[in-house]
This record gives sequence, structure tokens and C-alpha cells, in this order.
Amino acid sequence: MTVAQAQTTNGIASTDERALVNRLLAGDEAAFTYVVERYHGPLIRFALLFVATRAVAEEVVQDTWVAVLHGLPAFEGRSALKSWIFGILANRAKTRAVREKRTIAFSELSAPGDEDEPAVDPDRFTSAGGWSAPPGRWEQDTPEKLLLHRESLAVIEKAMAALPASQRAVVTLRDVEGLDAAEVCNVLDVSETNQRVLLHRGRSKVRAALERYMAES
Amino acid sequence: MLTCKELAALVTDYLEGRQSFLERMRFELHLGMCRHCRAYLQQMRTTIDTLGNLPEESIPPEMSKQLLDRFRDWKR
Repeated sequence: MTVAQAQTTNGIASTDERALVNRLLAGDEAAFTYVVERYHGPLIRFALLFVATRAVAEEVVQDTWVAVLHGLPAFEGRSALKSWIFGILANRAKTRAVREKRTIAFSELSAPGDEDEPAVDPDRFTSAGGWSAPPGRWEQDTPEKLLLHRESLAVIEKAMAALPASQRAVVTLRDVEGLDAAEVCNVLDVSETNQRVLLHRGRSKVRAALERYMAES
Repeated sequence: MLTCKELAALVTDYLEGRQSFLERMRFELHLGMCRHCRAYLQQMRTTIDTLGNLPEESIPPEMSKQLLDRFRDWKR
């Protein structure tokens, strides 16, 4: 049995997704297994943004699935299923993080801080604003080539882990999980402008890490 | 005329389609003339695409089974 890939455009649930939700509501086990397998990894990754340990993240994800089942009959398809599930997880994980006193890191969501955090090291430009140390072509210039190497994967994971929590959260949802800007604003309760600032800073740092790695290898 | 430094700061606005028509023209005009900035934009795109293709861990069979049991209870 195949389950059609759920696709979304601009956060509007597609008909395929509606069909999937209907199958879940009808108690279709294959559909449930499909959804659980598809979203487990992303949910664990997302939960780890909020809580300290893997064990707690797994607990939060389990709770989220229970809440998803509970809320499913009322799910109206105004948002994509994925961002709806992420929203449920975000609420639970935040509550949990408050209990563990780990909320400070997210204060940046409402105030991204230093206005002058440049995307590229200023030393790489001349005083006139041109490149003095210009970027080159990467030898591994596609995701396929990059991810073929364990090292580059490690470089990315390390760069992500080094980001401030709010930047990591936005980059994870936007670039890793593919939510759109409006969905991320919704899930993280962040303004459109701050979302973009955090995305810009986070992405830029991951790029810089890859560039350093590419220069060394 | 946009400088390379300014362009680097605007890359996300450009990729997000958050520029006015004129801003976009200025951005693309610079790109057309500057291979370094084209390389920079390309690196940014490769970074984003790669982030979107990171391997995801799969669910442990035990947890999958537990959840399915929950689902069966829920159905009733």
C-alpha cells in the first residue's frame, strides 16, 4: 500500500493530506504508521531544541503523538499537518523547558539582539566593500556530493549545535524541515522580521563552517 | 551601486523574495557583474539545499509498536 506524499503549498493543506487525515480518522493503521515513521525523526530533532536530554525529548514526542490523536478530529486543515504537529510539540516542549528552567535561550526570538552581527567576516571585504578574500567554487557543490562525506555531515551538525538556540530553531524548521516562513512564525511564535533575521544569521554561520571545511579539505 | 558586503547582508531578503522591485534589480545587477557574489550566493544555496537533505533518524520499532497500540485504543 502506498500513501501519497503529503505536499503543501504556502501552508495550505493539499488534498492528498486531507485524504491522509481522513484515513487517520477512519482508524487506518497503515496511514498512522506512515505518519509516525515520517515525522518521528524531525520531531525528535525539534524537541531537542527545547529540552536538555534525549530521554526527555523522546517523552515529549510520545506525548505529542497522544495529543495529535486527541486533537485530530478537530484538525481543520487550515495549516499543513506537519506544521500543526510541530506546533503541538512546540507547546509541550516549551512547557517542559520552563519546568527545567531552559527558556532563557529563546528570549532571542523576540529580540534577536546585536543588530550588527554580520553574515560574513568583515575582514573579507576591502574598505570599499568589495571582496578581498572572495568565496570560491566548492568542490562538493551539491547536497548529494556533500552528504556523501561523513565529515561534511559532522561539520553541519557541529555548526548547527553551535548556533544560539533561537537561530538553531528557525534554521531547523525552515531549512532542515522545510516549513515556510509563516509556519515557522506560527510554531515558534516569532515575528516575521525576527524570523528572517534569525534565519539569515543561522544560515550564514552554517555556510561559513562549510566554507572553512572546504578550504581545509 | 551595491557593494559586495551589502549584497552578502541582503542574501536572505533576496532568497525570501522580500525585496522591492528596485532592490531586486540592484541586487541582480550586481550579481550579473560579480562572479564572487555569484559564488557566494551559490554557496548559500548549496548550504540550504544540504540542510534540507540531512538524514533523519528512524523510529525505534519498540516505540512504533507502542504508538500503534495507542492508535488502536484511540480508534475504539
